[in-house]
Amino acid sequence: MAKGFYTDTTVCIGCKACQAACHQWNELPALNDGVVEMTGNSYDNTGRLNAVDWRHVRFIEQFPEDRHQEGFLKGSRWLMMSDVCKHCVRAGCLEVCPTGAIIRTEFDSVYIQQDVCNGCRACIPACPFGVVDLGEDGKAHKCTLCYDRMQHGMEPACAQACPTDSIRFGEVSELMALADQRVADLRGAGVPAYVYGKEEIVGGLNCFFLLVDKPEVYGLPSEPRLPSEHVDEGFALSALAAAAVAVGSVVAFRKDRMDGMHGDEEDFAPRTAPPVDAGGAPPPARPAGAETVSFMHAVHGANEASRARRAAPALASAECGGGGCGGACGCHA
Amino acid sequence: MGSNFAECHPVGFRWAMKARERGAKLIHVDPRFTRTSAMCDVHVPIRSGSDIAFLGGIINYILSEDRWFKEYVLHYTNASTIVADTFQDTDELDGIFSGFDAEARHYDNRAWAYEGTLPGMPTQVKSADQPHAKEGQPGVDFKRFPPRTDPTLRHPRCVFQIVKRHYARYTPETVARICGCTEAQFLEVARTLCDNSGRERTSAFVYAVGWTQHTVGVQYIRAATLIQALLGNVGRPGGGILALRGHATIQGSTDIATLYNLLPGYLPAPSAQVPQHSTLEGWLENEMPTTGWWANGRKYMVSFLRAWYGDAARADNEWGYQYLPKNVGDHSHMPMFVAMHEGVLRGFMAIGQNPAVGGQNAVYQRAGLARLEWLVVKDLFVTETADFWKAPDVTDPSAIQTEVFFFPSSTTPEMDGSYTNTQRLVQWHEKGVASPGDCKSDLWFTHQLVKRLKRMYAGSTDPKDEPFQVLTWDFEEVDGEASALSVLKEINGYTLPDRKLVPTFGDLKDDGSTAAGAWIYTGIHPEDGVNLAASRVSDDYVALGWAFAWPANRRILYNRASADPAGKPWSDRKRYVWWEPARREWVGYDVPDFPSTKAPSAKGVWSRGGMDALDGDHPFIMKPDGKIWLYAPSGIIDGPLPTHYEPWEGPVANGLYKLHPRNPVAKTFNVVGNKYIDPGDPAFPIVVSTYRLTEHHLSGAMTRWLPWLAALMPELFIEISPELAQQRGIDNAGWVTVSTPRGAIECKALVTRRLRPFEVMGRTVHQVGMPFHWGYRGVVTGDVTNELAAMVADPNVTIHEAKVFMCQVESGRHAKAVLAGLGDAPRPMPHVGRRERQAAEANIDRAIALTAAATDPGQIVVEKPPFPFDQPVGVYHG
Repeated sequence: MAKGFYTDTTVCIGCKACQAACHQWNELPALNDGVVEMTGNSYDNTGRLNAVDWRHVRFIEQFPEDRHQEGFLKGSRWLMMSDVCKHCVRAGCLEVCPTGAIIRTEFDSVYIQQDVCNGCRACIPACPFGVVDLGEDGKAHKCTLCYDRMQHGMEPACAQACPTDSIRFGEVSELMALADQRVADLRGAGVPAYVYGKEEIVGGLNCFFLLVDKPEVYGLPSEPRLPSEHVDEGFALSALAAAAVAVGSVVAFRKDRMDGMHGDEEDFAPRTAPPVDAGGAPPPARPAGAETVSFMHAVHGANEASRARRAAPALASAECGGGGCGGACGCHA
Repeated sequence: MGSNFAECHPVGFRWAMKARERGAKLIHVDPRFTRTSAMCDVHVPIRSGSDIAFLGGIINYILSEDRWFKEYVLHYTNASTIVADTFQDTDELDGIFSGFDAEARHYDNRAWAYEGTLPGMPTQVKSADQPHAKEGQPGVDFKRFPPRTDPTLRHPRCVFQIVKRHYARYTPETVARICGCTEAQFLEVARTLCDNSGRERTSAFVYAVGWTQHTVGVQYIRAATLIQALLGNVGRPGGGILALRGHATIQGSTDIATLYNLLPGYLPAPSAQVPQHSTLEGWLENEMPTTGWWANGRKYMVSFLRAWYGDAARADNEWGYQYLPKNVGDHSHMPMFVAMHEGVLRGFMAIGQNPAVGGQNAVYQRAGLARLEWLVVKDLFVTETADFWKAPDVTDPSAIQTEVFFFPSSTTPEMDGSYTNTQRLVQWHEKGVASPGDCKSDLWFTHQLVKRLKRMYAGSTDPKDEPFQVLTWDFEEVDGEASALSVLKEINGYTLPDRKLVPTFGDLKDDGSTAAGAWIYTGIHPEDGVNLAASRVSDDYVALGWAFAWPANRRILYNRASADPAGKPWSDRKRYVWWEPARREWVGYDVPDFPSTKAPSAKGVWSRGGMDALDGDHPFIMKPDGKIWLYAPSGIIDGPLPTHYEPWEGPVANGLYKLHPRNPVAKTFNVVGNKYIDPGDPAFPIVVSTYRLTEHHLSGAMTRWLPWLAALMPELFIEISPELAQQRGIDNAGWVTVSTPRGAIECKALVTRRLRPFEVMGRTVHQVGMPFHWGYRGVVTGDVTNELAAMVADPNVTIHEAKVFMCQVESGRHAKAVLAGLGDAPRPMPHVGRRERQAAEANIDRAIALTAAATDPGQIVVEKPPFPFDQPVGVYHG
């Protein structure tokens, strides 16, 4: 019985009732007790999902350059979208949590047990959507899908507060059927609508979205990756690293022994430049430690490749604001 | 139009979205691209203050393209009624209608009467003496002087021909030139509207204060009336002109009137300046039409007086009519603050109101508060009004002598009571939690105040204290407050002396055997133990079991019009209420708004009066002729037809009239500190509109103290187009100074392509917009937008013009420097000396004399207004 949200962005009026209801029910404080500066980014003043904003309404203004009266409205859109934890079928945060604080509930939602969380932050970069954030109490926080309300048969506070039913709560398969129908209707009317959160997105999102533009426009990754998808390459790299360390050690120890034969006065000489008057010992074809250096190059290359793969669905750095993306944006790597 | 439905009424907008999902087309005509525009199929940007030109264009389109609903118009509107030859249109008189008195700046609306309805009329008082338009007017005594009609609609002076001529100038080209939209955009709207009206389909207009807050606000809505009547969109499902009220239960507060000019149930409040009001009979004759439903007015007035004055209301003392206080002028919001400055008004109770931030020309209003002897503020938080003496512009608080009492207030979940929504739906709510600390409900406050006043006046022998002595106040008391349910029962009404609840207003009598606090609510508590406002039975359609809609639990007013003249539904699709010939009665999904057994073919006889005067196909029973008034022969102060006037402060000349570009009878306040900007003044070239955001409520008194909401919209800002921002060197999120002759304030810039410049009358007009939620108290603070606005108003209802005035916009923070240059603002706060006090005493004495004189008809003393108004608006009228 997977429960979740279907957020139809085409009927979102950006009223932020979901944000207010979420704060109220979950007794979340406002950022800096409400005393913040206007961002100048349309009507969005909370910026991103974080430890106290478990819902966040994005405002995307799309207006063409042509300001002549007729042209003004062609393609003019003000998109609004209430973002939230996706409660992924394969949840990155859950995969990496070392303490078992993050669990999957009987409703298939992903829940952080506050009394178990030790604030290790592993879940923060593990989430490809930048949902999880560390609170002032040093623990990880995010949407609970109103686990407490669900246990009493109530829908989450945001869904109940949403005046236009942009946020619907229910059985995921039923919601998906509704969304598919809505997509068909909208496409029939010429609107390029689609569902974001089918299986290809980390195995499916229990909280999925109906969008009308590219995921990146809404600050969502087209191809989110999970930590577990890096296991194979990570394993290979680890094996390579182990081998390299072994080789390096052998070389180093051997060299240490050889160096030891020359007495203490040579201690300050650069170790990569062996003395030329070594007599019978032929100089090494390559300087000592070269294997380590080439290994470092290899590791760096792999990292770069990995980063490049991860950077493809990156959030714009302005959207990230330094941390919410878990490093995926590259702006604070 | 005139509303930002999604942002300011998001809960109601749910239904607009449901309609869209089912294929309805949503159109938004608005200067800005707002959250509402984002949800609509079509958005047409027009310049603020040009709506009548746009609507007039639609009227012209409907008539010239022959798209009007002929059968509906012929039977259900006054299209065929012939107007007297004294009427002259604005086209002939360059911007004014006939009957205009230039010196007094008012119309004698006898000049607009229907033909044959005037002889023998009692002399009408001037508009200044009857500050508000009323449903029933002496110009329409159709029982004695019935109107004449020409069903062929060919008579040159029939309403149809007059309307056709009047709007012929509103061509698509003119609309585009005045409004700043294109002809194609205008035509798309007009065509869509017509395509979606008729037998099979209906269209609705939705407006809010974007239409009302203008010097021609009432005429904006009248213009929509004409369109909806010509297209047959009134009294039918999916049709109508829907007013979105600005606060929870603001509808309730006009029903159970908090307005000075109304008694509960839309009975006009007696005025000392209307000689006929000196007796109950005179009041009835003057205010209650002789034909149509209002002919029952006597029953409602007598029942109302019995509810208030109980056994002291007797047949031999005009049912206690003389106990009612009489108005001595316009006591609406802005004149009250003028009266404070004049020293006439000495005490003020602001209950759930924050004029220090929300009032037009807020500095002037705060300066008015500084002249009071005492001020009571009852609110959720210590608002700017309670702390007006600590406003940033007050240099010396010790100079202010006003004694301020603050009463912390309970909020909705902490009390029993009701909300009346915009669609007249009254929903009961129950107390859920106890109020914290000393917070008390308004009901507690009023109850305790009345109890103390009654005690205070108990031994008095002064006749002026008698109304307090005889006032019935026998509500059941619970925890020190009057039980809300017992108040509801009095509003519903009961029989006397056995106090049995009455089930319908049809049961109310004019012989003193019934009492009812507000006749329109009768039936809400029809019997003991049945509170229909608390009923919660829903269904898929009309949901008559969900709460109670006044009157008579009717959901669509005038729904007789949902059937054709013969009583059959206009179409199966739009079937709603119809005549069932077999049962000989009106039936349907709603409570029929018509005498239940009056056949469609019934013929009315004017001389019989009342409902018997109307035919079976006259659905608009609250009008004395049972028809929609395309042309209003009376009841409107500024003209029988809406016509385009520029705002009081506008950017361009009037595209239609040279001599009278603005509403010639707009209410102006020529007082120190309220300087107006002349049309076209280059020092203030930018149009500004003020408005609300979803995240805050009005002056912010309910929201700016809540950190959650404060974080969502933390700072005052100005929405500005990239074009203007570039011109003025303004950066997004940078500081901006905005100024008018009334004040100068600072705010952040939100540069957005959702705003755009307009090409109007061959000129580029820049428009900006500002929310008005911020003040100097609360979790987040900011400058007060309303310090910029002028006090100038619609003549019918005295609503201010906040949706359009002129300003200057500059980059940076230099409000102080700008203010220093203005010079005219009423700073510093005044000190009321002995001489001013004596002058005020004299004013009050004169007011009392005026009231006394008014009780003797014919002796009314009208004095020259002592205040420097160009139109009298204070306590005196001349």
